[in-house]
Amino acid sequence: MQSAITLPFSQTPLTRPNHVLGSTNSIFSTPRSLRFCGLRREAFGSSSPSNHLSLRSDRVRIPSRRFQVSAASSSNGAPPKSFDYDLIIIGAGVGGHGAALHAVEKGLKTAIIEGDVVGGTCVNRGCVPSKALLAVSGRMRELQNEHHMKSFGLQVSAAGYDRQGVADHANNLATKIRNNLTNSMKALGVDILTGFGSVLGPQKVKYGKDNIITAKNIIIATGSVPFVPKGIEVDGKTVITSDHALKLESVPDWIAIVGSGYIGLEFSDVYTALGSEVTFIEALDQLMPGFDPEISKLAQRVLINPRNIDYHTGVFASKITPAKDGKPVMIELIDAKTKEHKDTLEVDAALIATGRAPFTNGLGLENVNVVTQRGFIPVDERMRVIDGNGKLVPNLYCIGDANGKLMLAHAASAQGISVVEQVTGRDHVLNHLSIPAACFTHPEISMVGLTEPQAREKGEKEGFKVSVAKTSFKANTKALAENEGEGIAKMIYRPDNGEILGVHIFGLHAADLIHEASNAIALGTRIQDIKLAVHAHPTLSEVVDELFKAAKVEGHATASTVSEKVAA
Amino acid sequence: MALSSSSFLSTLPLSNSKSAISFTSSLSPSPLPSFRSASSSHKRRVMTIRSKIREIFMPALSSTMTEGKIVSWIKTEGEKLAKGESVVVVESDKADMDVETFYDGYLAAIVVGEGETAPVGAAIGLLAETEAEIEEAKSKAASKSKSSEVVVVAPSPPPVTSSPAPAIAQPAPVAAVSDGPRKTVATPYAKKLAKQHKVDIGSVAGTGPFGRITAADVEAAAGIAPSVAAPPPPPPAAAAIATPKATTTSSSPPLLPGSSIVPFTAMQSAVSKNMIESLSVPTFRVGYPVNTDALDALYEKVKPKGVTMTALLAKAAGMALAEHPVVNASCKDGKSFSYNSNINIAVAVAINGGLITPVLQDADKLDLYLLSQKWKELVGKARGKQLQPHEYNSGTFTLSNLGMFGVDRFDAILPPGQGAIMAVGASKPTVVADKDGFFSVRNKMLVNVTADHRIVYGADLAAFLQTFAKIVENPDCLTL
Repeated sequence: MQSAITLPFSQTPLTRPNHVLGSTNSIFSTPRSLRFCGLRREAFGSSSPSNHLSLRSDRVRIPSRRFQVSAASSSNGAPPKSFDYDLIIIGAGVGGHGAALHAVEKGLKTAIIEGDVVGGTCVNRGCVPSKALLAVSGRMRELQNEHHMKSFGLQVSAAGYDRQGVADHANNLATKIRNNLTNSMKALGVDILTGFGSVLGPQKVKYGKDNIITAKNIIIATGSVPFVPKGIEVDGKTVITSDHALKLESVPDWIAIVGSGYIGLEFSDVYTALGSEVTFIEALDQLMPGFDPEISKLAQRVLINPRNIDYHTGVFASKITPAKDGKPVMIELIDAKTKEHKDTLEVDAALIATGRAPFTNGLGLENVNVVTQRGFIPVDERMRVIDGNGKLVPNLYCIGDANGKLMLAHAASAQGISVVEQVTGRDHVLNHLSIPAACFTHPEISMVGLTEPQAREKGEKEGFKVSVAKTSFKANTKALAENEGEGIAKMIYRPDNGEILGVHIFGLHAADLIHEASNAIALGTRIQDIKLAVHAHPTLSEVVDELFKAAKVEGHATASTVSEKVAA
Repeated sequence: MALSSSSFLSTLPLSNSKSAISFTSSLSPSPLPSFRSASSSHKRRVMTIRSKIREIFMPALSSTMTEGKIVSWIKTEGEKLAKGESVVVVESDKADMDVETFYDGYLAAIVVGEGETAPVGAAIGLLAETEAEIEEAKSKAASKSKSSEVVVVAPSPPPVTSSPAPAIAQPAPVAAVSDGPRKTVATPYAKKLAKQHKVDIGSVAGTGPFGRITAADVEAAAGIAPSVAAPPPPPPAAAAIATPKATTTSSSPPLLPGSSIVPFTAMQSAVSKNMIESLSVPTFRVGYPVNTDALDALYEKVKPKGVTMTALLAKAAGMALAEHPVVNASCKDGKSFSYNSNINIAVAVAINGGLITPVLQDADKLDLYLLSQKWKELVGKARGKQLQPHEYNSGTFTLSNLGMFGVDRFDAILPPGQGAIMAVGASKPTVVADKDGFFSVRNKMLVNVTADHRIVYGADLAAFLQTFAKIVENPDCLTL
């Protein structure tokens, strides 16, 4: 063991793979800014900010190409000559936060405008509090599973919970992360401006009542709100959205969840663990659309069928009336295709998890001639805003849920960093196929890249072969030690050149396991290279290792020099 | 494999399909060996014994599987099967698996078609030994599928079928009484249970909120008591009679949101039963303060030798009982005293999730050290749930001590079959005035005895307590 550990250090010629591959993507070389929901910020809370800054300034590169270009190139209107800020970000969610930190690192004078609370959806009404609830549901599930406990030789008397205590945990976590986020920006010298922000004109922003400031570049990062289809009356008590559900003001006996995507699935995990019965209402013909079909089939076997859940697929909830006058919540179901009335459900509560709608009203987009599409702000691949005539609006960017490209907190952050890279003179295009996604059920689901049908379609169009490799958690020592052998990992790849097209994992800690694959995709690492990398034994990461090793890459696709060095 | 396979096979001739069902139901509680770990790809076998036409049962492919879906029949009706061949692909809650035959024969009839679901143990197909018997089997299958349709087979892939279909199928008498053609509303768990226990959901009366059918209603209809060891299920039945009207409050108040129901363990059921039984005994209580300075001093002295406070108190009680046999007696029939020849002190012990009373037999005769040793042994056994019946039900008097929690006094319930129970509180420094009017601080503990007044009267109990106090206050006799 000792020698195994010292070996890599003695080998100085180890080269960093991204360097050798000649990647221009520096975005992943600064992982600190890529924090999903800023959770990792905590770890830096103790280090002194000045130290932090000096460390960063060492790394600031002198941009060679277009440092001042932005100011000169704007011909639209009469831009101010000197600016209050280099960069103004409207919206202090995770996307805005990621962009702000990276901007400071790049030496930009940065301000961030927030009309509500710092942290946005993710921290206050999304990923963060839901993880707190899921942490509770996971434990409840484990403690309630007598069979599982017995197989460990453990005896546990009846598990119970205190609803308020659980709700407090979620709330406290959100507060803590919000403070961390605020402090991290303050410490770095980002100006946090309070008030509703809107675009007044090119390079000009208004916030609060009548504060007008100017900036070389503006990023819109206003995020999204829960989408409520028409016909559904949300009262916040019996008909609720994720915003209300995360406060956990009640645990209904029977709750209908409209939509079986990430949000719906996670809440079904929480509610069933806390003793509710759940009815899913899904407009598509299958539950969990959007996941790889094989994964969703298995997930249904584990996450839906054995639990107190039933479901209606291929139906719309055309009308939902909150409980009142001694009547339960009434849900009218119509056939998704024929629109005929199919059924009426009577339940205690309904959670609307039909997705999220961009929050872009009142942003003053008309001042720069931008027309939203279903509320989303149109952008190009570099997050540059496109106006009503299909032209780029100079110096205006939009990231995150508001542009609708990929509605995930960490995607927003990555897009923000990409924009900052561009405005500091380094062209950058974010590869959205390298952005992982996770659903934090028990066990978790995670994915990156294409699903199998998507990959096969692409392969057919572009004329390459697609192969699939699969491994099971049942064969993993660590998973079996945890008595959590349920799950599979699957990789979709090109056998001709070893390119990873997509990886899907369902099993214990899948959300943590996906990053090996997402990093490989982001860096362009091929299977023949990564399969030689070593994983500690026994760990869950061996599931992914097995996946790489199970892949059959055709002979002529040779390993690159990097891997030879690593393997030497 | 052979062992496990036998569990899902029919050993019965077809002529008696009813007994085939009872066979499966008697089988279901026996835990099946889990297949999950090593063998997802292994094939299972369907075995039949020496009858001409056999049923192919839905196998239990995992320990948690309650029903399976037929993904596809590999063989078609009339096709010849050789031992070991795959016949059908079954989707369990875990995976798709091939099911193979254990015997040669012909697949005579398919009872459960592709895409349909059947509970574990239900016949999904028929196997004929010879070609000649295929026709016979087919006619059996035809009658079978007809009769069993209502009970088991329901296409499930999208259980959208959870709609009113069953309600129409059977004009449920109870539901009809309530308010006309009302739609059946059943919760997801209720529907699942109904399927599992083959209960027609349309015939169940809903007692849940808004008249909906809950899991408890289905359990009541299926005759399963939600609690474990207690077979008589009268309360749910009574509740079911109550009109399932939407807003009327049912006899038991509805559960508060967020509350959960945890059934009693066997031990908790026993406690509950005993406590209800105790209500038929007329009891009364007498309290007495006892000075414990001397006892505490003795305890400090003997503690290193392994003597516990429980043993000291049991010994003291035992000695006091020896002088007052009536307190150690019991009233079995309401007509006579039953004097016990031994003084057996039961001591209440909380063990996780329950209460048990290991008995120190002959507490008055055994010396303190033996008693302590015995006690340690009993507690160990109690924790390991290894107490023999005579070690917990032979008590003639019970001692319950909550002093270690700081409780200063409490009142115990007299266990059935005993004459008295002593509740001991904490010993606390108390200011007392002696007969000369001097104040001093003494450790005092309050003991409270509950007794059966049919045999133990107030004066008896008071005298017993006086003796007990005397022994505790002059505890040297305990060590003799």
